[in-house]
Amino acid sequence: MPFVPHTSQDEELMLDAIGVESIEDLFDEIPPALRAGVLANTPAGISEQALLRLMSDRSKKDEVDLCFIGAGAYQHHIPSAVWDLVTRGEFMTAYTPYQAEASQGTLQLIYEFQTMITRLTAMEVANASVYDGASALAEAILMAVRANRKSKSRNVLVPGNLHPSYLSTCRNILHNQKINLQVIPYDQQSGCIKQEDLQAFEGEDFAALVIQYPNFFGGLEMADELTTWAHSQGQLVIGVVNPTALALLAPPGTWGDTGADIVVGEGQPLGIPVASGGPYLGFMCCKQAIVRQMPGRIIGKTLDLDGKVGFALTLQAREQHIRRAKATSNICTNQGLLVTAATIYMSLIGDQGLRSIASQSHNGTVQLIGKALEIKGITRRFTSPVFHEVVLELPCRASQVLQQMCTQGILGGYDLGQMDAALENCILVNVTETKTPQDIEDFITSLRAAVEVAAC
Amino acid sequence: MLIYEISSEGRSATAQYEACELENSELPTAQLRVSPIGLPAVSELQVVRHYTGLSKKNFSIDGEFYPLGSCTMKYNPRGALAGAHMPGFLARHPLAPENVSQGYLSCLYDLQEYLKDVTGMRAVSLTPMAGAQGEFAGVAMIRAYHDKAGDSERTEILIPNAAHGTNPATAVMCGYTVREVPVTKEGDVDVDALKAAVGPQTAGLMMTNPSTCGVFERKIQEIAEIVHDAGGLLYYDGANLNAILGKVKPGDMGFDVMHMNLHKTFATPHGGGGPGAGPVGVGKRLEPFVPTPIVGKRSTNGEDEYYWMSDKDIPDTIGNLSAFMGNAGILLRAFAYARLLGNQGMHRVGEYATLNANYMATKMAAAGFKLAYPNRRATHEFVVSMSQEAKELNVNAMDFAKRLLDYGYHAPTTYFPLLVPEALLIEPTETESKEELDGFIEAMTQILQEAKETPELVRSAPITTPVKRLDDVKAARELNLAWKAAD
Repeated sequence: MPFVPHTSQDEELMLDAIGVESIEDLFDEIPPALRAGVLANTPAGISEQALLRLMSDRSKKDEVDLCFIGAGAYQHHIPSAVWDLVTRGEFMTAYTPYQAEASQGTLQLIYEFQTMITRLTAMEVANASVYDGASALAEAILMAVRANRKSKSRNVLVPGNLHPSYLSTCRNILHNQKINLQVIPYDQQSGCIKQEDLQAFEGEDFAALVIQYPNFFGGLEMADELTTWAHSQGQLVIGVVNPTALALLAPPGTWGDTGADIVVGEGQPLGIPVASGGPYLGFMCCKQAIVRQMPGRIIGKTLDLDGKVGFALTLQAREQHIRRAKATSNICTNQGLLVTAATIYMSLIGDQGLRSIASQSHNGTVQLIGKALEIKGITRRFTSPVFHEVVLELPCRASQVLQQMCTQGILGGYDLGQMDAALENCILVNVTETKTPQDIEDFITSLRAAVEVAAC
Repeated sequence: MLIYEISSEGRSATAQYEACELENSELPTAQLRVSPIGLPAVSELQVVRHYTGLSKKNFSIDGEFYPLGSCTMKYNPRGALAGAHMPGFLARHPLAPENVSQGYLSCLYDLQEYLKDVTGMRAVSLTPMAGAQGEFAGVAMIRAYHDKAGDSERTEILIPNAAHGTNPATAVMCGYTVREVPVTKEGDVDVDALKAAVGPQTAGLMMTNPSTCGVFERKIQEIAEIVHDAGGLLYYDGANLNAILGKVKPGDMGFDVMHMNLHKTFATPHGGGGPGAGPVGVGKRLEPFVPTPIVGKRSTNGEDEYYWMSDKDIPDTIGNLSAFMGNAGILLRAFAYARLLGNQGMHRVGEYATLNANYMATKMAAAGFKLAYPNRRATHEFVVSMSQEAKELNVNAMDFAKRLLDYGYHAPTTYFPLLVPEALLIEPTETESKEELDGFIEAMTQILQEAKETPELVRSAPITTPVKRLDDVKAARELNLAWKAAD
């Protein structure tokens, strides 16, 4: 019996001890009409060998040579030590550190993670993570509505160039609590939010302004100006950031007059494979003054009975298992295992490594843009500077070109027509340090041929 | 020692990246970072040794018996991990086109089918990222259902007072108010109180069955009828699904919607507190509202083809709840587990989980511990009340829990359910052997002896762990959430 260790003798002894004849007798409180019959649509069990063959065969159908899609999930090199350590049973098969004395490994690691993330973002405090970047933003918006004492509003300003799945996730989670997301149209030329575009909202009561940096199109918003403007309007600022980009770019804690108030982002680039979209981790930071409004687990440093340093869950009075209906969120897990990966990743690569990875990604992107613009009919859709992702406008439907590239084993980018029909000729292309000059060359060759085949 | 305390400026794990500076950068100078990032500066070996050392400070399923009630800490098969970590799966981008995603999509489709089969539900969406998000999706669907019917008077969710804290927190996140329904001394929902509580304001009832009291709700059919007659819907919290896997289907009990915790019932690792996965299953009434994406199958030229179903296919969906497809890798592990077990193996899960719990309950009662529901059959878990020990010996449930750590056992869930004073909620799971269960009971018996003879020893436990009991008040009052060089 897979994973059930009982011998028939064990079973007999145990039934005797209980005083019943059979295991069936243990279900005698369940009304007979409810007893399940066979599981008709579940196949018979297979061995591990057969399972691995099956999954290997299936996974091979999904292999491609080169992937230039980013759009919120970025392929970076992951040092071998990261997942070797992460999959140690002591990390992988532990649970929530409720028994702190038996969980100091996980607790100290999360404290180290909180430290690293606050430093990367230049924020004061961080939590132990939430599910992913999109749900982190939904939680951040709820938090801002609670925390903004100057505003009575349940309206929040979000940019039109926010990741479309982040926007829909937020809408789907927040509309039940009557939170209204007001979308600011982005500037058609730069692809960014311009200060002029904000004037229409001046004097209105909004709880917060969301800034995605870089934005969904890879572009760099004028984060300083936007932050200062939002604060002048009594709004809190929520930054949605890419952690790799922060190695080179001004961290949100330093934006504008007093910095962003809440910062979230997708932690996937920090040592987590793209793996079909998860599990990833959403990181979440804020100013210390509003930490009691932050959802999720938070780890604090303290002392034990002997005065020895130790780590424990803290501020639990915010959480569902204590506060129930009055909790800051219903969340009860963090993404512990992914936090483990991100912490080990950040330790391994350090400042120098993260800067190098970010630089290499940016250099490759600039190189790819230069070569792509040499292809007849291809232009850059937006004028704003980018970090490691760019929108290219093709002389024909993006979907046709991408399909053609795919037949050569190259995923050439994300078809922006899926987000907005007005962008149906546009692709969003990402380059990271995993792409060699030859890879970029192969991309360009394939793109050129595909554009020609599409006969545009 | 923190990783920062072994950090030395100038040191680096240089094999892990290619040193690189910006060239032809288009990044505006005014936006460049001027301050250091502030990550540790350590060698590769230092990192490996540091985190190996930290891992050794954890209890885990791999290391210790972990009978944490309501958490289903069963063995996490390595084969499921290996299957999910196939290179083609790890490298698959979430936005890769369907034609180069057939392997992944077929696994998800199959998992949807298996979960429908074991729960008796009509449709399953795999996208919620944890039990709590599954609950959110479920209650949001209940709300969408009433909204669609124009039934805006239904503002209240009923919840038995034994429920998990996530239930009321979820109802509030969906814009509902919560009304609690009492539970009887025998652990059943008080049906008369329920009858009095339902009405035109009832949107639904959320419940767990078996309940958090570790007993099966015997009047579930009557409860379903009462709620349905009042126009409400029934939500099944799948936290305790392990107890009845292969034995009873929530769909047959009358539930309209449920979530499953794959990190419990389908043995995916808990990871030190996540990731989980909380798929939702729905019956006929809520089928139009399931969260996206879900995987569909069609036949083209005699070949199966799998595809994403989005809001175009499911116009009334409550929509997506994550950037991509939830905790995709966890879903692959659950698929692998389901294949390894097969239909027979699934029947055995509920059976042997129940056998183990009833065996432990019987033995513990014989050893002098007080069961909270002595007249009831235990399900996959059971509750012991330490109120007598607390009163007579001044040694409480937490003291017992902490002392267990010294004996090499993870503590059961303490002080939950809230209805039982000095509660220990014990869930052995089906993957533990009789020897392990006997060892735990023996340890509890010895601690009881210690509590009588040397109570101070038990009250000051644990003494063998990396730290002793921690000062939680200090942690909350003098918040220190990130390391600073001066610390």
